[in-house]
Amino acid sequence: MTPALELKNLSKTYQLRQSGGFFARSTDHLAVNNVSLTLPRNQILGLVGESGSGKTTTGMMAMRLVEPSAGQILVGGTDITALGHAALKPYRRKMQVVFQDSYSALDPMMTLAQIVAEPLHIHGLGTGAEQTEQALDMLVKTGLDHSYGNRYPHELSGGQRQRVAIARALILHPTVLVADEPTSALDVSVKAQIINLLLDLQAEMGLSILFISHDLSVVRSLTDKVAVMFQGRIVEEATTETIFTDARHPYTRSLLDAIPVLNPRDRRARTFLTRAQIEAATPRLSGQDGRPELLDIAPGHRLEAIR
Amino acid sequence: MSDTPRSPLYFAWRRFADNKAALVAGAILLLIILMAIFAPLIAKTGYADQKFLTQAYAFPQAEFWFGVDDLGRDFFTRIVYGARVSLTIGFTAAAFSLVIGIPLGAIAGYYGGRADWCVMRLIELFSVVPPLLAAMLLGALTNGGFLTIVLIAALFGWVQVCLLVRAQVKAIAQKEFVRAAQALGATPGYIIRRHLIPNAISPIIVGFVLAIPLAMMLEASLSFLGIGVPPPTPSWGQMINVGMNFMYFYWHLAVFPTAALAITVLATTLFGDGLRDALDPTLKGR
Repeated sequence: MTPALELKNLSKTYQLRQSGGFFARSTDHLAVNNVSLTLPRNQILGLVGESGSGKTTTGMMAMRLVEPSAGQILVGGTDITALGHAALKPYRRKMQVVFQDSYSALDPMMTLAQIVAEPLHIHGLGTGAEQTEQALDMLVKTGLDHSYGNRYPHELSGGQRQRVAIARALILHPTVLVADEPTSALDVSVKAQIINLLLDLQAEMGLSILFISHDLSVVRSLTDKVAVMFQGRIVEEATTETIFTDARHPYTRSLLDAIPVLNPRDRRARTFLTRAQIEAATPRLSGQDGRPELLDIAPGHRLEAIR
Repeated sequence: MSDTPRSPLYFAWRRFADNKAALVAGAILLLIILMAIFAPLIAKTGYADQKFLTQAYAFPQAEFWFGVDDLGRDFFTRIVYGARVSLTIGFTAAAFSLVIGIPLGAIAGYYGGRADWCVMRLIELFSVVPPLLAAMLLGALTNGGFLTIVLIAALFGWVQVCLLVRAQVKAIAQKEFVRAAQALGATPGYIIRRHLIPNAISPIIVGFVLAIPLAMMLEASLSFLGIGVPPPTPSWGQMINVGMNFMYFYWHLAVFPTAALAITVLATTLFGDGLRDALDPTLKGR
C-alpha cells in the first residue's frame, strides 16, 4: 500500500543576510538537510529534536506552507512538490495541520462554528446550514457540545481551543495530519486529554499523523515510529520501542537522558552533550572522516554514521 | 464564563462607555449630525433667503439666535446648514480615504516585499507635501467645488488609514490562523477579505473617524481662502472669512462659525480617540 505521506530528500536553505548594509553578502543556512521520511497509513510518526533542529520546517514543507529548496513531497503516491495553487487544492483536503499555539491558531473575530466550518466553506462543500451542522457535529466529536458553536475563541481554555483546532483540521476527513507540537503549550492533565482525543480520532478516522514534538514522554505514548532530527538532518529512525530501549546515536541518547525522572532516588547521572561532542561521537564505521550517511542497521532502524 | 457569547466588539463597547469624554463627544457629534440631517425643520428660512435685509448685522436676540448676517440672512440657519456641508465633506472624504487606504494597506501588509516597498514610497511622497499647500494648488487649478474638496481631502487622508491597516495586517498575517487558512487552500484574496480585514476593523474604524476632522478642517481652510465651497452654499470656513471683516463691530459673524467648527472638530477627534482606545487598548496614547 502506498504510504500516506512520503518526503524524499527534502532540503530547505534560507539565505541569511549579514548585517552591514547594502553590499552585505548573504550566507546560506541549511535548515533542513536531505530529509527522507515515510509515514505509513494509519500510523503515527514522531519527529523529535531540539528547537532549531528543523523539525517544524520539515512539517511545514510537507504541508507546502514553506517551499522546499530541493526534494519531493508525495501524498498518497502523488508528487505535489511543484503543483500550483489551484492544482494543489484537492490535495490540501487530504492533509491538515494543528499548530502549537492554539490561541493564535483561531481567528478571534469568528465564532467556533464559523472557524470549524471554514474548511468546508473554502472548498465549497454544502450549503451554509449544512456546513454549520457538520461543524457542530465535529465540535461534539472533539468533546465540546453544541452550545459552543456561537462562542468566541477568547472564551475558551487552552485545551478547549486545541480541540477546536483539531475539529477544524479533521472536518475535511484528511488522510494526513501534521501536528506541530500541539500539546507543548498545555498543562499536564489537559495534555493527556488532547493525546487521547488524537488517538481516538486517529483510530476512528483512519488518520496518519506526523507528530512533531520535543516532549519524549508524549512521543512514547503516542507514536508507532520515531525519527530524531539534529542540525537539520535525521540522525536516527526506528520504532518507538527501539528508540526508547536501544538508541544508538549519541544525540538520541542525550535526548532520552534529558527526560525528567519523577523519583529523586532514581535520578541518574545525566550526560549532556554539546554539539561538538555529538558530532565527535557520531558512529564511525571505518575510523576515517567522511560525510555522515543514514544506514540501515536493522529492519526499520536507520542510523546516521560516517562510513 | 458568562452565559451569552460576547464578541470582541462587545468588550470594546464596554471600554468606550467607561470613557466619559468620548461619550460626551459622541453625544455632541450625534446632536450635530441630527441637526444637519433635519436642518430644514430647524431653520425658519432657506439658507440663502435674504428675508431680513432691513435687520442686517442684527446682534443675537430672541428672534435671531445667532443674529443676522451682512446680507440679511438668519445666521442660525446658515450655521445649521453649514454643518451639512462640513459633515458631508468630512464623511465622504473619510469614506474615500478608506476606499484607497484599506486595499493598499492590506496588500502592503500581506504581501510585504516589493508591494510593501512601493506603497511605503507612495506614502512618503504624500507625507512630505504639506496638504494645505497642495490643496490650494489643486483647488485653484480646478476652481474648488464640492467634489474637488472631497477628493483632495481623501488624497491626503488615506495615508493614515493605510498605515494603520498595514501595521495591523502585518501583525495578523503572522498568526497561525492565517497559516491554517493557507493550508486549506484559501486564496490570498479570501484571506484578506475574511481574516485580515475583519481583524483590522479597529484601525479601520479609528482611521475613518480621525480622517473626518482633517477633511473638515481642510474644507474650512480652503473655503476661508475662497477656493472651497462656492457661495451661497454656506460653509463655516467661508463664513469665518466674511465674519473677519466685521469682527470689531459685529462679533457674532466671526464667533459663531468659528465655535461651530471648533466644537465639531473637537467632538469628532475626542470621539475618534475614545474609539481608538476602546477598540485597541494597545494603541492607547499614540
